[in-house]
Amino acid sequence: MGRRWIAYRTLAGKEIHRFLRIWPQTLLPPLVTTSLYFLIFGALMGPRIGPMAGFSYIDYIVPGIVLMAVINHSYANVVSSFFSAKFQRHIEEMLVAPMPNWVILAGYLTGGILRGMTIGALVLTVATLFTDLRPTNPLLALAIALMTSLLFALAGFINAIFANSFDDISIIPNFVLTPLVYLGGVFYSVQLLPEPWHRLSLANPILYMVNAFRYGFLGVADVDIEVAFLLVGGLIVVLSLWAWWLLRRGVGIKH
Amino acid sequence: MTALRLHRLRKIYDNGFEALKGIDLEVAEGDFFALLGPNGAGKSTTIGIVTSLVKKTSGKVEICGYDLDRQWEQAKRCVGLVPQEINFNQFEKVGQIVLNQAGYYGVPRRVARRRMERVLKQLELWDRRDQVSRRLSGGMKRRLMIARALVHSPRLLILDEPTAGVDIEIRHSMWDFLRELNRQGTTIILTTHYLEEAEQLCRNVAIIDHGEIIEATSMSRLLDQLEFNSYFLDLRRETRVVPDVPGYRIEVLDRTTWAVAVPRRLGLNPLFQALDERGIEIVDIRQRRNRLEQLFLQRVGRPMGEAA
Ligand SMILES: Nc1ncnc2c1ncn2[C@@H]1O[C@H](COP(=O)(O)OP(=O)(O)OP(=O)(O)O)[C@@H](O)[C@H]1O
Ligand SMILES: [Mg+2]
Repeated sequence: MGRRWIAYRTLAGKEIHRFLRIWPQTLLPPLVTTSLYFLIFGALMGPRIGPMAGFSYIDYIVPGIVLMAVINHSYANVVSSFFSAKFQRHIEEMLVAPMPNWVILAGYLTGGILRGMTIGALVLTVATLFTDLRPTNPLLALAIALMTSLLFALAGFINAIFANSFDDISIIPNFVLTPLVYLGGVFYSVQLLPEPWHRLSLANPILYMVNAFRYGFLGVADVDIEVAFLLVGGLIVVLSLWAWWLLRRGVGIKH
Repeated sequence: MTALRLHRLRKIYDNGFEALKGIDLEVAEGDFFALLGPNGAGKSTTIGIVTSLVKKTSGKVEICGYDLDRQWEQAKRCVGLVPQEINFNQFEKVGQIVLNQAGYYGVPRRVARRRMERVLKQLELWDRRDQVSRRLSGGMKRRLMIARALVHSPRLLILDEPTAGVDIEIRHSMWDFLRELNRQGTTIILTTHYLEEAEQLCRNVAIIDHGEIIEATSMSRLLDQLEFNSYFLDLRRETRVVPDVPGYRIEVLDRTTWAVAVPRRLGLNPLFQALDERGIEIVDIRQRRNRLEQLFLQRVGRPMGEAA
């Protein structure tokens, strides 16, 4: 086995072990919150809201809520793990070792993706208590979920590189990510919005991911699916290069 | 074969401060080498550059013959670092910390387990392997960092003030451990504030001050340069008139304490004889400065640790 592979496995294993060990902080809260969404918006209010794009309201919102969990937790895992490695300085254990930067990056991203996807799967399981929704195109749904997870793991990594305090790792999630997710068509079809809100919504990249994921379940979307894949793929390339370049320059981790 | 070669190494920090002014240094394979210098001299900066924690501004680093820029994987594999400050994950278990470090160096799991057991036993931490590292005592934390640095069997071990804040007994057992490690072939470089430590352990030494190497020589040759030893003398009775003893410099500190600079070529006997003739009774004598501190004073013109 190659040295780089061993190093990657060590780091990825450590990252996975970390979120499993602190599961009451990492796995439990999203289950509680999303169950409440399903209960309130789906079961209690859904029938009064009526159908959306031809589907019952709960079926319409389940994919968005699942993807929202994937986004939040892929991001949160990497931003908090990498920042605390910086803060407690055990990042130095990796910097002294013969680990290429991309191995470090890949190890953290693996942790973020696994946490995001694990929580996505758990939330989807909870949803089956409220609806018997089945994906029409599971592969497409899985692909866009994985890509979205990777993208937000990357974003969390970059956030952690620039962060100097614990405040810095909560600003982006609270003031950028949450609004974009809520306005990204998780709870409604943007077709219903008047201008200029409809056009403005189309500038929100999360809208494309939510809709592509929903398309995998329901076969309907407010946007072009190919555009969604191209957009997410393009953003992944850009953020990967950026993250790798930052690591190489030692920004935020080397004097 | 050289274990470490630095060529015109320079470091200017982001704030414009020049911490290293182009230093040259060579440490032979198998050596036990001390990097000595007062606070802020540039010791940790030098070590940081050698271990890839600090980016150099210019110059060249060669480790076990490998250029750190071009053959960085081979170069890094040769070095183990014990940093000045605690830098392991405080929430992780002792054994896991060592295993992870082995993994980062690419040591296969099976081998890593064996080595983890060996280094933890050597450093008397095996019983603590399942304990969370935060709960170790200060001395144990230092030892854990040594164990972690050795798990990939480096040819060169670099320790940045490894015994800071460690009590005498543990310090001595750490010295024994390092001597044995060196005897078995590991090159060791250490920085220290306990100058006695360098005298006790090291064969060769470089003195660094304000980012410059002001002396690089063998420990014994360095000690030979020593012109004076300094002592405190405790007197039985207050003595107002300070006798003039040729060759010695006597300084009155308080009613019954003098400080005296003793030239090595004269030794102590003539001084005691002269004091005895004048009826001055000495009840105690203590070393005032460690010999290396004296040496530093002699070469640099100010005590170690004082600003220029
Ligand atoms: N990140 C930094 N930014 C600016 N200056 C720095 C930085 N790190 C260190 N310095 C300065 O560089 C000089 C050398 O520091 P260094 O830590 O190498 O000293 P040292 O010899 O290890 O000292 P000590 O014995 O106190 O550990 C000091 O004046 C220090 O203030
Ligand atoms: Mg230092």
